Amino acid sequence: MADATKVAEREEQKVTMVDIYIMGKRYKVPEGLTIMTALEYCGYRLIRGCGCRAAFCGACGTVYNFKNDPVLRYALACQKLVEQDMYLTQIPFFPAAKPSYDLEKMEPTGEQLLKIYPELVTCFGCNNCTKSCPQELEVMEFMSAAIRGDLKEVTIKSFDCLMCGLCAARCPQGLVPYNIALLCRRLHGRYLVPRSKHLDERIAEIEAGEFDVEIEELQKMSLEELKRRFDERPILKE
Amino acid sequence: MPYPAYMEESIRKVEGTRERRLKEELPRIPVGNRMPVLQEFHPDFVKTSMRELLVGPNKGDRTPNELADLLEGNSRIDPDKIDLTRIDYDVDALIIGAGGAGAAAALIAQENGANVLLVTKLRLGDANTVGYQGGTQAADRPDDSPVLHYLDTMGGARFTADPKLVEALVKDAPDVIRWLESLGVIWDKKPDGSMAEVALAGECVPRCHCCKDYTGLEVMRVLRDEVRCRNINYVEFAPAIELIMDDKGQVAGAILVNLETNELSLVRAKAVVMATGGIGRLHIQGFPTTNHYGATADGLVLAYRVGCPLVDTDTMQYHPTCAAYPIAILGLLVTEKVRGLGAQVVNIDGEQFANPLEPRDVLASCIIRECKERGKGITTPTAELGVWLDSPRIDMIHGEGTVAQNLPAMVRQFGRFDIDITKEPMLVYPGLHYQNGGIKFSPNGATAVPGLFAAGEVEGGVHGKNRLGGNSSLDLFVFGRRAGKSAAQHAKEVRLGKLTLDHVRQWQRELKKAGLTQVRPISPKILPDYARQPHDYLADYVTERLHAGQIKVA
Ligand SMILES: Cc1cc2nc3c(=O)[nH]c(=O)nc-3n(C[C@H](O)[C@H](O)[C@H](O)COP(=O)(O)OP(=O)(O)OC[C@H]3O[C@@H](n4cnc5c(N)ncnc54)[C@H](O)[C@@H]3O)c2cc1C
Ligand code: FES
Repeated sequence: MADATKVAEREEQKVTMVDIYIMGKRYKVPEGLTIMTALEYCGYRLIRGCGCRAAFCGACGTVYNFKNDPVLRYALACQKLVEQDMYLTQIPFFPAAKPSYDLEKMEPTGEQLLKIYPELVTCFGCNNCTKSCPQELEVMEFMSAAIRGDLKEVTIKSFDCLMCGLCAARCPQGLVPYNIALLCRRLHGRYLVPRSKHLDERIAEIEAGEFDVEIEELQKMSLEELKRRFDERPILKE
Repeated sequence: MPYPAYMEESIRKVEGTRERRLKEELPRIPVGNRMPVLQEFHPDFVKTSMRELLVGPNKGDRTPNELADLLEGNSRIDPDKIDLTRIDYDVDALIIGAGGAGAAAALIAQENGANVLLVTKLRLGDANTVGYQGGTQAADRPDDSPVLHYLDTMGGARFTADPKLVEALVKDAPDVIRWLESLGVIWDKKPDGSMAEVALAGECVPRCHCCKDYTGLEVMRVLRDEVRCRNINYVEFAPAIELIMDDKGQVAGAILVNLETNELSLVRAKAVVMATGGIGRLHIQGFPTTNHYGATADGLVLAYRVGCPLVDTDTMQYHPTCAAYPIAILGLLVTEKVRGLGAQVVNIDGEQFANPLEPRDVLASCIIRECKERGKGITTPTAELGVWLDSPRIDMIHGEGTVAQNLPAMVRQFGRFDIDITKEPMLVYPGLHYQNGGIKFSPNGATAVPGLFAAGEVEGGVHGKNRLGGNSSLDLFVFGRRAGKSAAQHAKEVRLGKLTLDHVRQWQRELKKAGLTQVRPISPKILPDYARQPHDYLADYVTERLHAGQIKVA
C-alpha cells in the first residue's frame, strides 16, 4: 500500500478528492466514499470494526473530528461520508460489563433491574450518551426511564439500538446503557407483552398431529397435481 | 445527497400516476409461465457465469465460477506441519459460526448436556442474521395453516425443495416464534397480544413476523445475550480453516486461525455444527451484495473437502430491491416488507411493470428486463441502473406514520443521505442476497459425513432453487435448534478414533490429478479483499462507478 496517496494524487485532477487524516497521516480519497470504504481505498484491510456494512450490527462505531475543530463527532463508519480535513481513528469495539442472569428466574420490575445493574443510580444526567449515539436515540431519556423502572418506555426509546458501544465509551460513570436497555427489553418482551393466543393454539394443533395427513398427501401427489393445488390456493388480502 | 434534478423529473411522473395506481393491481405470472422471463433475464441463466466442477463429490455439476474456484481451492494448511496431539480445546460440540443458526445450535446443544465451544470469524453476531429485516414466517394465524405454508414454499421453489425438509420447516415454525419470545424477543403485535403478520412475496396469507424492520438485530442481540448469560464458551476473530477427521471417517474437530496473529489452534470435538452462513461477499457476476463482511462461503469449502455433497448451488438469490442510489449504500437491502406494506415497483415513466409480490427470482428478472431490454430504467450519475420503489404509497393506503412506525431502519438509512422515503421513492436494482442451496443434509441436521451437522444459510434443500422471503430466518432457527440437539446426542454416543488430516492430503492429490494445484486460489477465503491493490474488487468497483470512465486505478 506504499503509495496510495501518490496514486490518489495522480487522480486528483480528474475527480474531486478530499484530504482525510487516518491516525494523523494524510490521504487523498475520492469524494463520496464512506469512512469505511475510504479506509479500504487507502489500503487498510479491515478485521475489526467492520460487520454488516449496512448500519445494523454496530461493529463500526467511530469517533472523528476535523483538522481545525477538536470537537468529537460520532458516527457509523459504514454510513458516514468522508469530508475534507476529517481526522479519523479506528476504535475497535471494546467489551463492557455484562453480568449473567437467568431470565426465567426474574421479575419485570425496576427493583430487579437495580439488582443486576446497581450502578444505574449513579447516572447524573450529563447527556454524553445521547450526544454520542449514531442512531440519534435519546439514550439519557431511556436511562432515566430505567432508573424509574419503566421497562416499556425503555423498550420504545431504545428499540433501534445497534449496541455499537459508543455511549458506554463516553459515560463518565462507566455505565453501559446498551446492555441495561437490552435487559429491560428482554424483561418487557418475556413478561409484559401479552401472549398470542392463536400462536399457542397452533402449536398445540401441530403437536397433536393435525396437519400431518394433509402434508403427507401433498408429498405423495404427482407434480402436476401439486402445481394445480398451488395455483388454486386462495390468496388472502388484508 | 438528494436526488439530482433529472431523477426528480422522473419522480414527478411517479407522483402523477400514484393516485391511479392506488387501485391498480397487475396480475401475478402463473407458475407455468415464469420460465421465459427467468431464462432470459435471471443472472442464474447466464451460461458463462457457471462452470462444471472437476473434483469432489459434485464433480460434473455446474456452479458459479467464483464459488467453483474456491471449492477447488488449495488448503490453507500443510498437514505435515500440524501436530494433532497438541489440542487446544477438547469439547463435545463445536459450533462454527455465530450468527443466528450457530447461536441457536449452541444454546440447544448446551441444554441437551453438551460442553459447547462456539467459534466465529468476526464478533459474536456479526452475521447475516443481524441484518435481516422483513421477518420470519410462521403459519400461526387462524386463517393460515402449515399446509398453506408448505404449498407456498414448494411453489416459490419451483417445486425443487426437499419435501421432508419443508415439512420440518413449516411444522417447527410457530414454536420457533414462541421460543424466541420466551427469550425476550419483542414481535410486532396487536394490542391484544395477537401477532401482526405482514405478507411477503409468494405468501398466500400474511405470515411474516417482524420486529419493526430491525428483526434480525432484535433476535441476534437477544440470542447473543443469552449465549453470554449461559456462559457458553466462545472465541471471536477465529475462523475455522479446515476440519479435522478421525481414522474412522468421522468429523472430529477443526483448525482455527487467529485473524490478527495467524496463530493456529486445534479443536477436538465429538460433533461439529457448520453454521457459517452465506456467500454474498464473493460478488458473483460482479453484483453488489446485501451480505455482511464475512459471508465468503467458507463452510461450503470445508464441508466439500471432507466429502459432503452440495445441492442447488447452481442458483443464487438476487434480491429484487437493493439500493442503487446513492452509491454509498449501493447494494443495501431494501426489505421486502416495503412491498409487503404496499409499495409498488415502477419505471421511469411512473408505470408498474410487474406485481410487486412476485417471488424474488421473477421480480428480479422483470426489473432487469425493464432496465436492460425495455430501456425504462433510471440511470444514476454513477451509471447504476434502477427502478423506483414507491414507498410513499404505503402511507396513502395505511395512513400517515405507517412508514415511520414500521420501517425506521429504512427511513434512517435513506435519511442519512437526505432522502425522505415517506415522501419520495427509493431507486432499486437486484443485488446478490442469498445462497439458495448448500450442504446436503437431513431434517435432523445430519450431513452425509458422520459427526458433521449443518444449519442455516450454509445448508441446502430447504428452499430448492428459490427461497421465499421470511423462510431463511425461519430455516436458521428450525435447523439450528435441530442440529444443536442432534450434535449433543451424537456426542454422547460417538467414540472418536485417531485424529487425522489425511483428507487434506487426499484432496491435494486429487487437485493435482485434475491439474489444478497451480492455478487454484487458497480457500476458504475468510474475508473479501477490499484493501485497494491492483485488481481488487471494491476499489476498482467503487472508483469506476463513482466517476464513470474517469479513473483508472493503478
Ligand atoms: C440484509 C439481509 C436481510 C435479510 N432479510 C431476511 C428476511 O427478512 N427474512 C428472512 O427470512 N431472511 C432474510 N435474510 C436472510 C437471512 O438473514 C440469512 O440467511 C440468515 O440470517 C443466515 O443465518 P446463518 O446463521 O445461517 O448465517 P449468518 O447469520 O451469516 O452467520 C454465519 C456466521 O458464521 C461466521 N463464519 C463464516 N465463516 C466462518 C468460518 N470459516 N469460521 C467461523 N465462523 C465463520 C460468520 O462470520 C457469521 O457470524 C436476510 C439477509 C440479509 C443479509
Ligand atoms: S458495519 Fe455494521 S453498523 Fe457499520
